[in-house]
Amino acid sequence: MIGEDDVRYVARLARLRLEQDEMRRMTAELAKILAHIDKMSELDTSAVPPTAHVLDLVDVTRADRVEPGLSREDALRNAPAVADDSFRIPRMG
Amino acid sequence: MEGLDTLRLTAREAKKLLVDGEISSAELTKAYLDQIAAVEDRVRAYILVTADNAAKYSTKVDREMQAMRGPLAGLPIAVKDNMVTEGVTTTCASRILNNYMPVYTATAVRQLWDDHVVMLGKTNLDEFAMGSSTENSSFQTTRNPWDLGTVPGGSSGGSAAAVAAGEALWGLGSDTGGSIRQPAALCGVVGMKPTYGLVSRYGLIAFASSLDQIGPLTRSVYDCALLLRHIMGKDPHDATSVTAPAPVDLPSAERLDGLRVGIPREYLAVGIEAGVRSRFDETVALVEELGGSCVEVSLPHTEYALPAYYIIAPAEASANLARFDGVRYGYRAADAGDLLTMYERTRGEGFGPEVKRRIMIGTYALSAGYYDAYYGRAQRVRTLVRRDFDEVFAEVDLVASPTSPTVAFPVGARTGDPLAMYMSDLCTIPVNLAGLPAISIPCGLSDGLPVGFQLIGPAFSENRVLGAAHALEAALGFDTAPPFRDAAAARVTGAAGHESAGPAR
Repeated sequence: MIGEDDVRYVARLARLRLEQDEMRRMTAELAKILAHIDKMSELDTSAVPPTAHVLDLVDVTRADRVEPGLSREDALRNAPAVADDSFRIPRMG
Repeated sequence: MEGLDTLRLTAREAKKLLVDGEISSAELTKAYLDQIAAVEDRVRAYILVTADNAAKYSTKVDREMQAMRGPLAGLPIAVKDNMVTEGVTTTCASRILNNYMPVYTATAVRQLWDDHVVMLGKTNLDEFAMGSSTENSSFQTTRNPWDLGTVPGGSSGGSAAAVAAGEALWGLGSDTGGSIRQPAALCGVVGMKPTYGLVSRYGLIAFASSLDQIGPLTRSVYDCALLLRHIMGKDPHDATSVTAPAPVDLPSAERLDGLRVGIPREYLAVGIEAGVRSRFDETVALVEELGGSCVEVSLPHTEYALPAYYIIAPAEASANLARFDGVRYGYRAADAGDLLTMYERTRGEGFGPEVKRRIMIGTYALSAGYYDAYYGRAQRVRTLVRRDFDEVFAEVDLVASPTSPTVAFPVGARTGDPLAMYMSDLCTIPVNLAGLPAISIPCGLSDGLPVGFQLIGPAFSENRVLGAAHALEAALGFDTAPPFRDAAAARVTGAAGHESAGPAR
């Protein structure tokens, strides 16, 4: 059963800040959803291969040719903060 | 031009009017912009109406008709706001992408632009396409034009409502677990999820990459095929796109002679509303009248599809949505301190509750110690769901079911219970897990609200699906024009006493 400590840990992994009331609500909701999901454990799937993808595609390649990409100007166009033609970010903690 | 019935006009008819010179693209486009002006304050299907661009471009198409001649030239369309459009803001109905201005265009949309299609605007959706009612939009709640007190379904509820309300000739949606078919069903229009890989996902802001497909929302099956023909195709920018083994034909079938249709008993076992069941049974009878045969079949792992989906889709989403971190585009929390705090606050403030839930489920399922129990197991269940379909399609040509277990539900009815909302997609989710093509067509009304009939085919059987849907559509004769009634408001004023269960008009 998932508890508030698990939710706090997962939120940190997901880089997601949850307020205290959100944390409580999320814990209750995830517990309910995961209980439903646990229905899968009724099945013995040990001999079943996994499906990651429905198409039988292997190594889709293209010619190794240089093509025009995004310009620096376009790449920076939507950035919340820019400095010296680069994305500007806050200092690391 | 006066007298254009945008509630009923099909793209096929509009194209003929254009070709015959009965109408110009500017006049046609204006008819939709006028309808938007008339009903949009009640329906709220669009996040952005690009009225000026649409008017200008349609005039240009008229002026340069010779150079711009093409099968879709001058026909106006609505585009779900999770497909990037160069120079036109794209939000995914999320605060975290508010004011995002794409610098390129999704391949499916680009193909339409290259065909000189006129874009009317960008339509509302559940934030990042996560939801079944369009109530998870950060910006507005779209209403169902059949009853303004009910939801249009989701996540492509904006495009479905726009088409149903005559605010668009047709539209593009995306479908990860039913997000085209379920709103099509609830809004009384046609919606199709193509075989996985048929339409490029380049520029479709990713939710669950192994499940997402772009597809048409239209007023007829013919239009659905017509639009699909112009958005499909292998794209070097999407390594999972493929060339279809055969072209998609414009459907003309009127009979279903020899067609074997399987009815999965598991789809009818769970909470199908009585009114939905009645319309479904009548449509099954119609299949037989048209020369087809219906047999009960079994897809035994159906009840495990929803749990598997609610691991796989959130797991992929949690990875795909990691890119929204306040660095390269979109919202950034102000004065957040150090980098980690900025990430956490940006995402905490920028994402809505359902998106957060899915990121949390996905991150949990992929985290050390839980991967095998959740993600690994879900992938194996996915194999079982696919095998179910493989076995059934050895016996029958198509599978039929109700698209949604219920008709449109009242706004707010399921927002407090995520699991109840997830149940809206019981009959559509297995199709995405298996990568199959499926269509929803309107098959009648229940309490004045549309019911959807879903046809599912084997991979790349689009022509079979569309052909059967076309024959059924003609026999059903569904009138796509909604009444814009407001039963909720009528109840408040005590004026709903005469509300009937038949077509409300």
